[in-house]
Amino acid sequence: MNTQAATRKPLLATALKDATLAALVAFGLFGLLIGLRTGLGPNAALVLTTRFEELAIVVAVVFAGSLLRSLLFGRGPLMAGRFKPLLESRAARIIRRLAVPALFALAICWPLLTYHNRYLLDLGILVLTYVMLGWGLNIVVGLAGLLDLGYVAFYAVGAYSYALLAQNFELSFWICLPVAGILAAFWGVLLGFPVLRLRGDYLAIVTLAFGEIIRLVLTNWQSFTGGPNGIGNIPRPSFFGLPFNEEEDGFAAFFGLEFSSIHRIVFLFYVILALALITNWVTLRLRRLPVGRAWEAMREDEIACRALGINTTNTKLTAFAMGAMFAGIAGSFFATRQGFISPESFTFNESALVLAIVVLGGMGSQVGIAIAALAMLGGFELFRGLDQYRMLVFGAAMVVIMLWRPRGLVSTREPSLHLPKPEPSKGAA
Amino acid sequence: MTEPLLAIRGVKAFYGNIMALKGVDLDVNDGEIVTLIGANGAGKSTLMMTVFGNPRAREGSITFQGGDITNVPTHEIAHLRIAQAPEGRRIFPRMTVLENLQMGATVSEPGHFEADMKRVCTLFPVLGERLHQRGGTLSGGEQQMLAISRALMSRPRLLLLDEPSLGIAPMLAKQIFRAIRELNERDKLTVFLVEQNAFHALKLAHRGYVIVNGLITLSGSGRELLESPEVRAAYLEGGRH
Ligand SMILES: Nc1ncnc2c1ncn2[C@@H]1O[C@H](COP(=O)(O)OP(=O)(O)O)[C@@H](O)[C@H]1O
Ligand SMILES: [Mg+2]
Repeated sequence: MNTQAATRKPLLATALKDATLAALVAFGLFGLLIGLRTGLGPNAALVLTTRFEELAIVVAVVFAGSLLRSLLFGRGPLMAGRFKPLLESRAARIIRRLAVPALFALAICWPLLTYHNRYLLDLGILVLTYVMLGWGLNIVVGLAGLLDLGYVAFYAVGAYSYALLAQNFELSFWICLPVAGILAAFWGVLLGFPVLRLRGDYLAIVTLAFGEIIRLVLTNWQSFTGGPNGIGNIPRPSFFGLPFNEEEDGFAAFFGLEFSSIHRIVFLFYVILALALITNWVTLRLRRLPVGRAWEAMREDEIACRALGINTTNTKLTAFAMGAMFAGIAGSFFATRQGFISPESFTFNESALVLAIVVLGGMGSQVGIAIAALAMLGGFELFRGLDQYRMLVFGAAMVVIMLWRPRGLVSTREPSLHLPKPEPSKGAA
Repeated sequence: MTEPLLAIRGVKAFYGNIMALKGVDLDVNDGEIVTLIGANGAGKSTLMMTVFGNPRAREGSITFQGGDITNVPTHEIAHLRIAQAPEGRRIFPRMTVLENLQMGATVSEPGHFEADMKRVCTLFPVLGERLHQRGGTLSGGEQQMLAISRALMSRPRLLLLDEPSLGIAPMLAKQIFRAIRELNERDKLTVFLVEQNAFHALKLAHRGYVIVNGLITLSGSGRELLESPEVRAAYLEGGRH
C-alpha cells in the first residue's frame, strides 16, 4: 500500500475523519437507545429521563476505538495477512504442530486433573458436548456448505428419543444411543427434502423455522413429551451393566472402590470424549470417501458437481442425515447426563451457539472447531463474574476475532488427497 | 451415413417465459470437432447446457449414441460419457488441482485415475507442476486448462467446451486450441466447441454452426463458414482474430 509511504499527518487526518464518522453513527444509533429512557413516574405516568453522560461515554469509546484501530492497523479490513509475519514465525509453527496432541492429552487427563473439582469436570463435559455438536454441524455447514440454523432440532430429537425410549421401554443407554442417532438422522432427511432446492439465506430461514417447529411441538404435545414441564427421572447410564450406586452390585463395589458420586461424572466425561472422537474420526474418514468429497465439491459449486455426475440430492440428504445423527447422539448423551429435559434446553440460542463455534473455528477445520468450542464455553465461564456485561464482552470478543481472522481461526483447508510421492512432472513443453 | 453421435432436433428451451432456443437442429458426428459460433446472448451456452438438461428442452429431442437423453437427469449425463468444461470454468476454487481432477473422475473407474491424471498432465504440463495448488489461485488460462482436464478425467466420448478462449492470453488460448486438436486427432475424441472467437474456432473445426437469437442461421464446413460473407461480416471483420 502506498499510503504507508505517506507522512504521518494525512494518516492522522484520515484516522480522525473515520473516527468522527464512526462516532456520529454511534450517536445516531445509541442516541435514542441509551440517551433517552422511559420509566414509571410516581403516579404511574410515563416519565422520560435523559442519560446523556452514558451516551457521551459510549460515543467516546467508539471514537477512541476507531481512532486506535486506524492508527495501529491503517484503514481497510483487518485481514490475517497483516499478521502474517507473526503467524509464520517458527514459534507459531511449533505451537500449531503441538496444538492437536496437546489438546488431546489435556482432554484425556482432564478428569484426573479435576477429580476433586466437580465444577471443572462438568465444564469439561459441557465443552466436549459442544465440540461434538460443532463437529456434527460442521458436516452440514462447513463441508457441504448448507447453512443450517435449526441444528438444535436434531439435538432435541435425540434427547427426547432417549428419554422416551428409556422410560417407556426401559432400554439401556447403549441401545438407545444408536436408535436416537438413527431417529435424528431420519428427521434430518425429512428436513432435507423440502429444502433441497434452497441455498444460502432461504435455506437458513427454513431450517430456523424447522428448529422452532420442533421446539413448539415438544412444548405443546403434552401427552407425549410432557409439554413445558419436560421429562424427569431419565435413567442414568450404567458402566456396561454396573450402575453407579452404593449397592453391592454397583460400580464402586465391583471394583473395590469407595463409593463416590464423581465416578459417574468421570465416566460421563469419557463417554462424551469417545463420542466426540468418533464424530471426528467418521468425519475425517468420510472426507476421503466419494460422499465426503462430493460434500465439499458441492459447497464450492453445485452446478459443476451435477455436470460431473454427482447426485446432489443424495449428497445433500446424506449431509443432513449425518449431521443430524451426531446431534441426536449428543442429545441422548445430554438427556442421560441431565436426567431431566425440557423444551427450554433446545432454543434457537443453542443453534446459534453451535453455528458460532463452527464459523469461528473456520468452517471445515476440525481443530479450529475444538478450539472455538473451548474458547466460547470457557469464555462464558471466565466472564461469568461480569454478570450482565458478559454477553457484551463476549460479543465484542467475537467481533474482534472475526475482524482479525474473517475466515475463522483455522481457515486453511487441509486437502484430502495427496500423491504418494510428489514427483515433479517431467518434460514441460 | 451412420447416425450422429449427438443429434439435437427442434429443441426449444426457456428461462421462465423467455424462449432462449427457438427450435435448434444440430448434429455432432463421431470423431468430429463441431463448433457453434454466435454473438453474446445468442443462446450458445444454453444449447450446451440443454444437453445436460439444465435448462431442459421443453420441445424437441436430444439423442446420444442413438438413445434419447432429453429427459435424463443432469447428474446421469456424465455417466453416459459426456463431459463439459462449462462457461466460467466452474472449477472448485478451494480444492487443489489434484482434488479437482479427482472430482472429474467421479464416474470413471478408480483404477484409471493415475493413468488419466498422467495423461492430462502431459497435455497441460503446467497442471502437473501445480497438483497441490488450490484451484482458485491458478491464473485464468490455467483454470481453463484445469476445467478441460477435469472433464477429460471421465474419459468422455463427447466433450463440450464453452468458450475456452474467453478472457485468457492469446498464447494460452493457442495452447488450448492445439490441445483440442491433439485430443481429436490422436484420441479420436469428439468435441463440441462453443466459441465467440470465430476465426480460431472455425479453423479448428470440421464443421460449424452459426446461432442468432436462439436459431441456427448457417451451417457448413469450417472453411465454408470462414469464407462465407455473412460470417465474415458479422463475426470476423473487426473482430478478434
Ligand atoms: N439463467 C438465466 N436466466 C434467465 N435468462 C438467461 C439465463 N441464462 C441465459 N439467459 C438468457 O438466455 C439468452 C441466451 O443466453 P446464453 O445461452 O448464455 O448466450 P451465449 O452463451 O450465446 O452468450 C440470453 O438472452 C440470456 O440473457
Ligand atoms: Mg455463453
